[in-house]
Amino acid sequence: MTDETETTAIPAPEGPANIIDTDYQIGQHNIQPRIGPFDLDIHNPVFLISGLTIVAFVILTLAFQDSVGPLFEALRDWLTATFDAFFLLAANVFVLLCLALIVTPLGRVRIGGRDATPDFTYSAWFAMLFAAGMGIGLMFYGVAEPISHFDSSLGGVVMENSARTDWAPLGGAAGDATEARRLAMAATIFHWSLHPWAIYAIVALALAIFSFNKGLPLTMRSIFYPIFGERIWGWVGHVIDCLAVFATLFGLATSLGFGAQQADAGLHFLFGVPVNDTTMILLILGITAVALGSVVAGLDAGVRRLSEINMVLAAALLLFVILAGPTLAILTGFFRNMAGYLEYLPALANPFGRDDNNFREGWTAFYWAWWISWSPFVGMFIARVSRGRTVREFIVCVLLIPSAVSVLWMTAFGGTAVGQIVNDGYQAVSDAPLELKLFAMLDALPLASISSFIGIVLVIVFFVTSSDSGSLVIDTITAGGKIDAPVPQRVFWATFEGLVAIALLLGGGLTALQAMAVSTGFPFTLVLLLACYAIVKGLMDEPR
Amino acid sequence: MYRKIMIPVDLAHKDKIGKALDTGADLALHYKIPVCYVAVTSNAPGPMGHNPREFAQALAAFGEAEAARRGIETTTRAILSHDPAVDLEKKLLGAIGETGSDLVVMASHIPNVADHIWPSNGGRVASHADVSVLIVR
Repeated sequence: MTDETETTAIPAPEGPANIIDTDYQIGQHNIQPRIGPFDLDIHNPVFLISGLTIVAFVILTLAFQDSVGPLFEALRDWLTATFDAFFLLAANVFVLLCLALIVTPLGRVRIGGRDATPDFTYSAWFAMLFAAGMGIGLMFYGVAEPISHFDSSLGGVVMENSARTDWAPLGGAAGDATEARRLAMAATIFHWSLHPWAIYAIVALALAIFSFNKGLPLTMRSIFYPIFGERIWGWVGHVIDCLAVFATLFGLATSLGFGAQQADAGLHFLFGVPVNDTTMILLILGITAVALGSVVAGLDAGVRRLSEINMVLAAALLLFVILAGPTLAILTGFFRNMAGYLEYLPALANPFGRDDNNFREGWTAFYWAWWISWSPFVGMFIARVSRGRTVREFIVCVLLIPSAVSVLWMTAFGGTAVGQIVNDGYQAVSDAPLELKLFAMLDALPLASISSFIGIVLVIVFFVTSSDSGSLVIDTITAGGKIDAPVPQRVFWATFEGLVAIALLLGGGLTALQAMAVSTGFPFTLVLLLACYAIVKGLMDEPR
Repeated sequence: MYRKIMIPVDLAHKDKIGKALDTGADLALHYKIPVCYVAVTSNAPGPMGHNPREFAQALAAFGEAEAARRGIETTTRAILSHDPAVDLEKKLLGAIGETGSDLVVMASHIPNVADHIWPSNGGRVASHADVSVLIVR
């Protein structure tokens, strides 16, 4: 008997790691039913419960739209208004913990064991985490958000019945265009840099440590092992996993529905394509079809390659805006905005004693709930592709570099748009509806038809990369953490997501269910706070 | 006639590949050649181990047990894939050359309508391998 396994097939020994000793075997609760010609391998009961709950919610929303919509929206508004300080405080904890992990010896722990080697190159890894993380949001809000904050800041504080009714961040900057611009960029960057990426980093790091170092399945429940112990294999774990599937699928499906509306508006603006249900359904079907191709091709040939294409296109568009736009202003603006962000950061992140209620609850707390509701999906995907990195490397690459890219992106797109309004008196970008602001900004630059076309392609490809990585994540959770479950299951989830999006688009209810998805941000904030404890405890047990 | 037999195994579903294991062992005894058991795993913890190393150990133990039980010479090879659900055939095809095998004995399910969309792993390996492949139903 000879053993060839140590030669070339498995590239590196894993080195010492502190495996959790549990009797649970991954896939233990799985069942292997045969549906038609397809063999499946699914977790019982997470697959069934999450699938049926999603169908039930869609049917209920379609049937009782008038009452369900306002109910979910009221729930979301109540949560973000009542617990705004809690959201802000929690997000600060995540950022501080991440920064602490960089400088403490815990940062030396390597994900996957002391001698593990990274699965993906830096460029592929970075492309995937960016495409899954926030690509699509940057496309839409890169121009829209700075303009919105600029307008409200310039308007200054408006009082009515001794309460503020304006949406300006902090105290605004009434009548002072230069300061309003600085504040607007700082507030936008605040929502798109350290805090959101810290939220993703916490979930991703917790999952990665408990899966790749501790040997638990790659599902949300594993994070809770230090708290619930063996009970995570029972109903506690089922509920956590179902909630993660629920938040991910509704987050993806509603974004896909809204994205189709926005892409349709963009196509109408550029090529006069009619804005109607047929075009939007065709867009959803097209995006779903490409996503299906990508999930069937797998992580290497599909998701990774698409993310890399995406990255190249995004970099090309960014470079174009920098070169075709006010180049010098953007380059100096990068440092100015970074400084402005750091200066305003303590005030913007402060949860107590502020009177900018609309901004704090309607923007910041809403964003935090939104990022947190996406965190199971993005976090799990980042975890899956991050094995072999040290904790320090991981945090630098998941927190600091994307934050710097966000600052550059916002400066190039938002800064250029605000400059067009302030310096050139170009009002079209201010007047355009949200989904067209990007195109209105590009319209004022040279070669608008080409750059706008790249913009619309990017929007669509970003949706595809979210959809395929989301399907991979949902499939893994509903297969009890197995990542080699039969491919038809991925196809099922990607298709299901497209169908839910179409049903909500035609029947109404996109807003309602998106509000529902954002509301899951509240329970997940508690999950994330517990994850912070689990990370520190988990890392302290690891060999460094 | 042959130098080495490669038998892909799914350690989590050993019950489903008994016939292929028997057939492969019979051929090995007949031609007096070694068998190499090949399995594909991912980096994530799975039913057969917390990490690729444990998986490789489980596979090696399986190979040793087969050698003792059947009186044949065996080797094992665990292969790493980022996405085993999709990359399986590609990794198996690569393993044929890496292990120096010139006969593959492989279990496969009875074809059904789904095979028109997703051909079976065995079918794909047989279509693309440049050595003899014996598919055992």
